[in-house]
Amino acid sequence: MDDYEPLIEQHIPRLRRYARALTGDRVGADDLVQDTLERALNKLHLWRRGSDLRAWLFTIMHNVYVNQLRSRAGHPTVPLDDEDFLPAERASETDRLEIRDLDLALRRLPDEQREVVLLVGLEELSYEETARALGIPIGTVMSRLSRARERLRRLMGGTGDSAGLRVIK
Amino acid sequence: MSNLPVTEADLHAYVDGLLPATRRAEVEAYLASHPEDAERVAAYRRQNEALRAHFGAIVEEPIPGRLLHAAPRRKTYLWRAAAAVGWMALGGVLGWHLQSYRTEQRQEASAWARRAAMAHVVYSPEVRHPVEVGADQEAHLVAWLSKRLGTPLKIPHLGGIGYTLVGGRLLPGDRGPVAQFMYQDAKGQRLTLYVRTNPDDTRETAFRFAQENNVGVFYWLDRKLGYALSGEVDKSELLRVATAVYRQLNP
Repeated sequence: MDDYEPLIEQHIPRLRRYARALTGDRVGADDLVQDTLERALNKLHLWRRGSDLRAWLFTIMHNVYVNQLRSRAGHPTVPLDDEDFLPAERASETDRLEIRDLDLALRRLPDEQREVVLLVGLEELSYEETARALGIPIGTVMSRLSRARERLRRLMGGTGDSAGLRVIK
Repeated sequence: MSNLPVTEADLHAYVDGLLPATRRAEVEAYLASHPEDAERVAAYRRQNEALRAHFGAIVEEPIPGRLLHAAPRRKTYLWRAAAAVGWMALGGVLGWHLQSYRTEQRQEASAWARRAAMAHVVYSPEVRHPVEVGADQEAHLVAWLSKRLGTPLKIPHLGGIGYTLVGGRLLPGDRGPVAQFMYQDAKGQRLTLYVRTNPDDTRETAFRFAQENNVGVFYWLDRKLGYALSGEVDKSELLRVATAVYRQLNP
């Protein structure tokens, strides 16, 4: 089993990047990576040799992350995938302009949308890989991606730097 | 033209570069006449770029020690087990250490070849991201990896024997950064050249061969650098390429 440790090690930098973007917190992100690595090393016998190790590690990280969120909430939670479940959003135009920072905008996405937009946009996983990593159908990946991007676009001021072109609905 | 309607999923796949060329052209034609969707697609692309720019540097950060030794429980268990064996085993343990001292250099070398083989197994099947920096930016690739390894590197050109450079990437090694260069032949068969710095920079060795499952590795030390060429090809083919690499590096 020890033979596989260097193999897993190679993926640490990217796991750290993803965890940082996911949690928005340096220490919390490394805790998440550490928990993920420990779990991966204990479960290595379940990894199918020759299959994509990176996607498998993302799957484990997803599971660890979801468990962390649940224990933090103190009770099992219903996955939020509907705008109705979101915390009240202050949607005034001034607010929209203030939230320019990508980190803050990511924080305001539901966890499951943030995971999808980061796996696809940052980690460049294919939609199939993302679906496998998160254990959801590909159609769900697409709908979460679509919502996440549209929401980010609104939070970041619609059309980015070209302020004159901002779409105000 | 298939004239299939352009869906929301098509727009995202376009943003993420996941469409085949023909479909891409159709989506582009659609966007040319749908400015609102074009604007949305542009915004989503900027999101991807912003994400990569904002978080990209994290992969270059040194890895905290606690993450490199993330299996403390198992090691503790082993240590306890060793302690439980106690004094009775001391003689045996000493004998083992003497034995391992004699074979240390060989084991160290084979561990290194194994790392090279694993890095080959991990990255050579990658379709979308086989390398971090492509061959089109060769000068940047050499400068970057030379800087990270702290010694000037040369990239062998193997076009003459049928292998073109795909690019390279930086990997963590047991003693610091390691470079991996990837080559492929016309059929897409890939070979990787793993280059690390050699702590004992006066050593030169002959070619050695290791087989790690399907992956063959020729490895050798050449003063400041150690090289390991890995591939899932015949030993004779791998030797032919290893010889060419060696000749280019030692003209």
